Amino acid sequence: MSARIEERFAKCRAEGRAALVTYVMAGDPDPETSLAIMRALPKAGSDIVEFGMPFTDPMADGPAIQASGLRALKAGQDTVKTLDLVRRFRAEDSETPVILMGYFNPIEQYGVDRFLADAKAAGVDGLIVVDLPPEEDSELCLPALAAGLAFIRLATPTTDDARLPAVMGNTAGFVYYVSITGITGAATPDFGKVSTAVERIKRHTDLPVVVGFGVKNGAHAAAIAKGADGVVVGSALIDALKGTLDDENRAGPGSVAAVETLVRELAAGVRSVARA
Amino acid sequence: MNAPQTPNSFRKGPDETGHFGRFGGRFVAETLMPNILALEKAYEDAKRDPGFAEEMRSYLKHYVGRPSPLYYAERFTEHLREKASAKGLPGGAKVYLKRDELNHTGAHKVNNVLGQILLARRMGKKRIIAETGAGQHGVATATLCARFGLECVVYMGAVDVERQKPNVFRMNMLGATVVPVQSGSKTLKDAMNEALRDWVTNVDTTFYCIGTVAGPHPYPAMVRDFQCVIGEEAKAQMMEAEGRLPDSLIAAIGGGSNAIGLFHPFLDDASVEIYGVEAAGHGVDTDAHAASIAGGKPGVLHGNRTYLLMNGDGQITDAHSISAGLDYPGIGPEHAWLHESGRVTYVSATDKEALDAFQLMSKLEGIIPALEPSHAIAKAGEIAMTKPRDHLMIVNLCGRGDKDIFTVAEHLGGGL
Ligand SMILES: Cc1ncc(COP(=O)(O)O)c(C=O)c1O
Repeated sequence: MSARIEERFAKCRAEGRAALVTYVMAGDPDPETSLAIMRALPKAGSDIVEFGMPFTDPMADGPAIQASGLRALKAGQDTVKTLDLVRRFRAEDSETPVILMGYFNPIEQYGVDRFLADAKAAGVDGLIVVDLPPEEDSELCLPALAAGLAFIRLATPTTDDARLPAVMGNTAGFVYYVSITGITGAATPDFGKVSTAVERIKRHTDLPVVVGFGVKNGAHAAAIAKGADGVVVGSALIDALKGTLDDENRAGPGSVAAVETLVRELAAGVRSVARA
Repeated sequence: MNAPQTPNSFRKGPDETGHFGRFGGRFVAETLMPNILALEKAYEDAKRDPGFAEEMRSYLKHYVGRPSPLYYAERFTEHLREKASAKGLPGGAKVYLKRDELNHTGAHKVNNVLGQILLARRMGKKRIIAETGAGQHGVATATLCARFGLECVVYMGAVDVERQKPNVFRMNMLGATVVPVQSGSKTLKDAMNEALRDWVTNVDTTFYCIGTVAGPHPYPAMVRDFQCVIGEEAKAQMMEAEGRLPDSLIAAIGGGSNAIGLFHPFLDDASVEIYGVEAAGHGVDTDAHAASIAGGKPGVLHGNRTYLLMNGDGQITDAHSISAGLDYPGIGPEHAWLHESGRVTYVSATDKEALDAFQLMSKLEGIIPALEPSHAIAKAGEIAMTKPRDHLMIVNLCGRGDKDIFTVAEHLGGGL
């Protein structure tokens, strides 16, 4: 079902390293720049790409991703256009797994069945929907799995051992461990605690466990890569992009390159740590 | 979509997964989920503990000042009857006001806050956060945090901080930290986003005291239960005054807590007509209103499925109302269900109608209502004129207007 995801983790394992998972917002600051960034990510060393689906009220996101989503919406981004970006990305890259990450309301308004069919056809491999815990699995998780899309779970420091089996049920692709109790782009995690947490989660699943929230540079990525199967970076990439936008949030000549440069640093960080 | 339900009782919801029909639920980030389950359990335990009910009763009486009177608004009634006969109508219902504006802190919000703060104490939480629109919920939360020595942080949209200054001052006096929220539309929905972000970050230490019947399960049911004291009192008071049930109830709806508090004890009394009044802003046919039932559709926001104002892509659109407390693009999920099941009729009143009612009630009864219940008063006047004179109507006068005098003065021209 999530063949591309499995193959990508197998490849990273064969190379003896963790995977780099990068998040950028679809349509920020405009669709063409966004597509150029997406295409640059794998070339700069990203193994899996996550595209944010913008939402007006992202209750689990910090200021960087909030602002990024609002820039995309202001530039006219919507679910139809996001799926179109994936289609165009997929036309040139048949191997890099694509994950869409967002909130449920825009998906529900698009229509769950229609969304799953269109996402699959566009070349999406998995979904992360922040406001759908296992208690709401009938809404999207089960239909997604039936449609052949991985429904990727978030596990958090508050997900205790009693709850982990429920969180690890009905999932595929990989598990995303949120390293802090908090919103995206906030505090940098305590790296020691993160590897203990990853070990705990691995007792409940055979899926790869990736870790995100608070990873800002190559050194952080290397620290996480010691204990996890993958490292997720989002807000830092969005901050790098934001730094190149003009007063009206228009992309500049250095916009794509700024993201690329940071991805290269992160990719080097991930590759600096050998894993068994 | 499920077909609208016609249950045996309208008072049984929600089910064990927190749903009222297809509405409600628990649409939250995983980080919060364990906390929400713990809260649900703590609330169930408290409900079974007679000591908790006794503690509530005692503070409601001695600190909040309950019961609030059910007052026959004689001059308002006479005025409506004169207006009705000028139009050739025979009617003019007898209008009673449920005076929750006389509660300590000036609105119904304190009923709910008391319940949640006592629960937070049981759970050993020492830090309380809240969102607020009009500032009434923020003031009530700051008040009870002062009373019980708890840390209090209130998130309030920057626009609301500006238009409800007296309440910001009160919260500061009470020792709370008011955080102006600059994101999105800078009103109530953004304050709620920010409070949820705080909660995700400080989940171990913090109790989130939600101000209305919204948010994830168990909040809509729990807040409703704490507000039901309004309807329970009103029922007994009407029996005492008139020897029978009222014929109609009417209340303003932001998230819907004062309304459900009045309505719920009457939902299974089939003879009682029930009206909820949404804020129509400049008109429900414009893009500046806060009427999520009249102008929205079902979607998912802030932890539950309900009627929401949104565009075709599912992006939440900004609400507008002259009243900060109604300026929210959603409505509690139980109201969405009561709408679809047909038990409650949802209507709306514009900014202008609310302003007129605000002045009318002040001049005729010597009661300055908040802008929120002014919406209910406006529609009550309209509906009462179409009813016979022996029709008994209760309007929920859920808040007083002191906080609104700046806004009203500005709209009437000239300022204070
Ligand atoms: C006096 C008053 N009435 C009504 C409301 C709206 O809330 P609800 O619909 O939950 O009663 C508010 C909210 O701030 C309020 O202060």
